[in-house]
Amino acid sequence: MAAVATCGTGAGSTGSIAAAASKNNVTSFQRKGPRASGTDSGCSRLVSIAGTRPSVRNGQLLVSTGLPALDQLLGGGLAVGTVLLIEEDKYNIYSSLVFKYFLAEGIINGHTLLVASAKEDPADILQELPAPLLDDNCKKDFDEDVCNDKTPDSNIKMKIAWRYQLLPKMESGPVSSSRFGHYYDASKRMPQELIEASKWHGFFFPEKLSSTLNIESCSLTHGYRKLLQFIQNVIYEEGFDGSSPQKKQKNILRIGIQSLGSPLWGDDICCTENCDNSHSLTKFLYVLRGLLRTSLSACIITMPTHLIQNKAVIARVTNLSDTVVGLESFIGSERETNPLYKDYHGLIHIRQIPRLNNLIYDVSDVKDLAFKLKRKLFTIEHFAWSHCSGGAFQVIAIITRVTGLPVCNRTSPPTFQPPSHLTHGTQVLHLAATAFASRLVRHSEPLKQTGSGRILQAAGPRLWHDGRRQEAPGLLAIPP
Amino acid sequence: MFPELNNLLNTTPDRAEQGKLTLLCDAKTDGSFLVHHFLSFYLKANCKVCFVALIQSFSHYNIVGQKLGVSLTAARECGQLVFLEGLKSSVDVFFRAQAAPHPLQFLREADAGNLQPLYEFVREALKPVGDGQAAWRCPVLLVDDLSVLLSLGLGAVAVLDFVHYCRVAVCWERKGNIVALVHDSGDAEDEENDILLNGLSHQSHLILRAEGLATGFCRDVHGQLRVLWRTPSQPAAQRDRSLTYQYKIQDKSVSFFAKGMSPAVL
Repeated sequence: MAAVATCGTGAGSTGSIAAAASKNNVTSFQRKGPRASGTDSGCSRLVSIAGTRPSVRNGQLLVSTGLPALDQLLGGGLAVGTVLLIEEDKYNIYSSLVFKYFLAEGIINGHTLLVASAKEDPADILQELPAPLLDDNCKKDFDEDVCNDKTPDSNIKMKIAWRYQLLPKMESGPVSSSRFGHYYDASKRMPQELIEASKWHGFFFPEKLSSTLNIESCSLTHGYRKLLQFIQNVIYEEGFDGSSPQKKQKNILRIGIQSLGSPLWGDDICCTENCDNSHSLTKFLYVLRGLLRTSLSACIITMPTHLIQNKAVIARVTNLSDTVVGLESFIGSERETNPLYKDYHGLIHIRQIPRLNNLIYDVSDVKDLAFKLKRKLFTIEHFAWSHCSGGAFQVIAIITRVTGLPVCNRTSPPTFQPPSHLTHGTQVLHLAATAFASRLVRHSEPLKQTGSGRILQAAGPRLWHDGRRQEAPGLLAIPP
Repeated sequence: MFPELNNLLNTTPDRAEQGKLTLLCDAKTDGSFLVHHFLSFYLKANCKVCFVALIQSFSHYNIVGQKLGVSLTAARECGQLVFLEGLKSSVDVFFRAQAAPHPLQFLREADAGNLQPLYEFVREALKPVGDGQAAWRCPVLLVDDLSVLLSLGLGAVAVLDFVHYCRVAVCWERKGNIVALVHDSGDAEDEENDILLNGLSHQSHLILRAEGLATGFCRDVHGQLRVLWRTPSQPAAQRDRSLTYQYKIQDKSVSFFAKGMSPAVL
């Protein structure tokens, strides 16, 4: 298990930016990584907590969200001390699944859990966690999953753009020796003994309605005040904020709050546009973030933002959270029957990633992301256009790679917009567009036209099927 | 401090101007790199800085500051920097009743409070030291950021009052500078935020506005910076000078270039 020697506070190591000398000042932002001065690194840092690893970019301590594909998109994982806000999809199907993956990851790693909900008893939520896939038998199950999907022409090697075959594809399978990030089988339940062996605290709001408070009335609603008090008690009593230094073994507290902002918490921000307590939710988030920053914990919050009618509140909530991910499922929308989207269950939007301890951050170049839930895997993939005859469009895709054309920004649907500052790329794209206009006519599926970028509104070919591009029968040379 | 930004703004730490209010604004992107720039700029210019950091923790600014060449811990210890860490203090204020009025006292209040305790804190922090000690140059107040105060229950007018009081105390009495960051919510129809932003834009001498590109995300150009010099006290007979640059943020610096002149394209 993790044997962590508590770092000597007065160690006086010059290059270290470890926890400051004052007593209760453990922050979760610690500098990791090799120090150039080469002094004795006897005070082992927090890297040896199970289930965490330091970020390669800024040494920040990271935990896994339970979905390795999402970890990769967030720059390696969720930073300890930050909030991950999931904007729920319309019927709260996939967001509750992501919520459960987060908690299941905590149980597997031995972290302490704190589950808060106004809708379901936390004990019931824990019973429904997905079962982990263990390394030995997961490989063959995964292979059989993948084989069911493969279409016959995916194994053709690329003949023209053969160099692109060597590019790494997005990771979509279990890595055998990873201790950071596990895979789960959504069709099975977590074994009872694992749940019982774990340490968890539950906050079920209907049960706590009657007990008294010792925070005087501020503009927070009753539910939020109770929840904050509860979280603060757990953090303080179990020593996650470093207040009980005799505790040798440090651990991470994973907090999960379900459907924050919904009327079940007593907040009417989802009901009306001008509500009385419009600052309740934002104040809660601020104080919660303050609690997280001063303790070894990570928090996931799901919020039904599609119900919030006041857009200003959504913007404020986004600014107050660190990482914001939006899920949009296709269930019930017109896209469910659209052949473009037939392989996927929804779109995933990474709306915000924090820049922690750094000026820059790891942002993925790919903005069109879609997810699908197979039996054993929740995968996130670059959104691939569905099947279309002809390999002409891969050239456009290759041009995209070469010139680095910007892909869509966060709110618009996937389109290609030639940027104002890149003249070369624009010319090439138009060239490709005019050359292939004739091919477009053959498609009989009605598709929406949204102005610029009309070429790629048409059903394009499967560009990234399992990361391999199809061969290009055309002879259009790639421009130098 | 980013040398290229200093060139654009035509300043150096040696000859920093005094008595100015600088407004930092970001729309659809993250403008926090400007806060890091000004923090390290004024620390290098040997000014006494009061930093009200409401969004991130001390170690975040410290680590970035080390990349830019200043050490916040050293500055804090020798008294050059007074740091109010909003996140940590909010936990103290919220859960435990404080004896003395705390700068973030408004978190405990039910109705819309005012920022008078915070103003008193700033005034106390930037008052000139008595005798004999190393005299710093002009005092500087840095706030990151003001929009979060609106989320915490204060009205736009209360925040504007606070800025006004601070301007009198810092800019006029002590000939210091104020730098504040405000988010521009764009089309999110945040009226309070718009009131705050417009009110501050009219009072400021220099506005730096970081925007995302109109065409969307790009790997090589992270955004566009608009610099606007203003003279609030004089009539608008002379036109305000304005410049627009695009920028790319790197690990330890930010490079600026004219529009369309990104090195990735040329």
